[in-house]
Amino acid sequence: MKLYEYLGKDLFDRYDIPVPEGRVVENPEQAAEAASELGEVVVKSQVLTGKRGKAGGISFASSPEEARLAAEKIFNMELGGFTADKVLVEKKVQIEQELYLALTVDGTAQRPVVLVSLDGGMDVEDVPEDRMIRWPVDVTVGLQPFMVREICRKLGVEGNLQKEFIKLLPRLYKLFREMDAELAEINPLALTSQGLIAADAKVTIDDDALYRHPQLPRIKEKTALELKAEELDLAYVELEGDIAVMANGAGITMATLDMVQHYGGAPANFLDFGGGADVEKTSQALELLLGTNPRVLLINIFGGITRCDVVAEAFARVRESKGIDLPVSFRLVGTNESEGRAILEKAGIKSFTSMDEAVSHAVKLLDAS
Amino acid sequence: MSIYINDKTRVLVQGMTGNQGSFHTGQMLAYGTRIVGGVSPGKGGQSVEGVPVYNTVFEAVEKEPADASILFIPAPFAKDAALEALAAGIKILVLIPEHIPLQDAMDIMAQARQNNAVVVGPNTFGLVSSGASKIGIMPNQYFIPGPVGVVSRSGTLCYEIVGHLTENGVGTTTVVGLGGDRVVGLHFIDVLEEFEKDSDTRAVVLVGEIGGSAEEEAAAFIKSSMSKPVIAYLAGKSAPPGKRMGHAGAIIERGRGTFESKVEALTEAGVKVADLPTKVPALVKEVTDGK
Repeated sequence: MKLYEYLGKDLFDRYDIPVPEGRVVENPEQAAEAASELGEVVVKSQVLTGKRGKAGGISFASSPEEARLAAEKIFNMELGGFTADKVLVEKKVQIEQELYLALTVDGTAQRPVVLVSLDGGMDVEDVPEDRMIRWPVDVTVGLQPFMVREICRKLGVEGNLQKEFIKLLPRLYKLFREMDAELAEINPLALTSQGLIAADAKVTIDDDALYRHPQLPRIKEKTALELKAEELDLAYVELEGDIAVMANGAGITMATLDMVQHYGGAPANFLDFGGGADVEKTSQALELLLGTNPRVLLINIFGGITRCDVVAEAFARVRESKGIDLPVSFRLVGTNESEGRAILEKAGIKSFTSMDEAVSHAVKLLDAS
Repeated sequence: MSIYINDKTRVLVQGMTGNQGSFHTGQMLAYGTRIVGGVSPGKGGQSVEGVPVYNTVFEAVEKEPADASILFIPAPFAKDAALEALAAGIKILVLIPEHIPLQDAMDIMAQARQNNAVVVGPNTFGLVSSGASKIGIMPNQYFIPGPVGVVSRSGTLCYEIVGHLTENGVGTTTVVGLGGDRVVGLHFIDVLEEFEKDSDTRAVVLVGEIGGSAEEEAAAFIKSSMSKPVIAYLAGKSAPPGKRMGHAGAIIERGRGTFESKVEALTEAGVKVADLPTKVPALVKEVTDGK
């Protein structure tokens, strides 16, 4: 779950990472009030899309009236398909140099990794590899001052700035670990006459660990269908085509989409209804798909932890209660295959054993419909 | 021969009394796996499929020494169970659960490194040395002995491909599921290295997907250090960028981890990449026949 900048900065503040003084406002009048208290300000749209600055979501204002106008413009602006409910009004910081600092996960090293560069403010992808210091941290040891000194040596940083880094890095590491972050990024990290200040905050919390953080608000920038799928704990992504696809397992679902495309069709979605789903959950997944009004339904089941009889039962049940009047191509093999096939046959539904046949049949059904 | 596990491997099942734990205990026993005990706190003294259940891993290994443990434990409690197994001396840990928090996974891996233990997963179907021992949840009938090693990031897609091999009379030495999460224990390179050393494995099938750089790293390893032929299939050719396709790791971010970059890296390393799962057996036969 990505956090809005102001929520990220709330966390920074809690972990003693300096942030500019600011107010979160919900209308242009409040923005003007905030500016009258703070003086020269920057007015920032609170949306999750990157490239917010380039798209005009950040403005400077030197009077309350300017802040009001800037906020008005930002509240009416659509950025990446979303409009902001909140705007952050912050005291403008006198920046001497823009740096980059982040903690993220290095999957190869199986460790958190500190990323530091003296080239901040730009898109991190544009920072040359040799200007970015990467330091993987063993979690049993934690981020120690010697590591920060070594990072500073590599950066060519000494004196006061090194002292600042030695204070700041362990705080960000602590936040990263305790808050179950996947990413905690400060770009730019502003060097000012008062020391280092986090001018921006990009924090992503691990969805699988959200249960440990009931105090964090739940942020959702998703389509209505994707939200519904999330409620049902399904992995669902909307796509552009008209063959609805349901499969079990992320890899085989991707491969099914690839094969639909290979045979000249276009998938309407990615839907992995997971392993070991019961009849109830499988029925809900089916109903969700049917709600998208696809032209053809393709079901590809290779049962491992998923049992074929459960999927067949759910399909028969949904067909009985809701009616399924679109053409269906069904592939069913694996655990409890014969039981599943018997249920489908009883309901008068034909099924395939090969994925190739089922997918090419689905594309033919589309062409015929 | 096989890698990591064989018919002598002694296995514990943590979470044995649960729904999935008891079902798969039965399936693994039916495959021939030597399951020596189960662990479910508070359920000690019971038995599942004739296998005794203990309250703790320490208690279990006091009664019956064990080499490996497979976890059917809900994600929020998986870290504790995994650390318990490592502390009790388990050397091969198979983490079935999905949704284990990332920070927990890093804690588990750090401990495993210190203990020189192998972790398979999390979010994996496990591993199987065909005809000898299965520590996982894959359907039994597809895993017959033969000359091909298989390593995969995804589960069901791996069954699909092994199913095609089996249909074509091609069996497997060991099949390893790495798991779909961002932090997993074994990587392609670790498993490829074992297959290269295994005298019975004559070819390797690598099943990958978009996202991350694991396939590119595998390609570099194959190029520098492998003499055995490698065949690959990759999922996600049609996936749009920026969308997480089910697995936590399966996302094209900022133009990295694309299908094209992986195919290019593997092809450059001499790997034949199949464009459909059905085409894998023919490519495998090309390199194993007559050898």
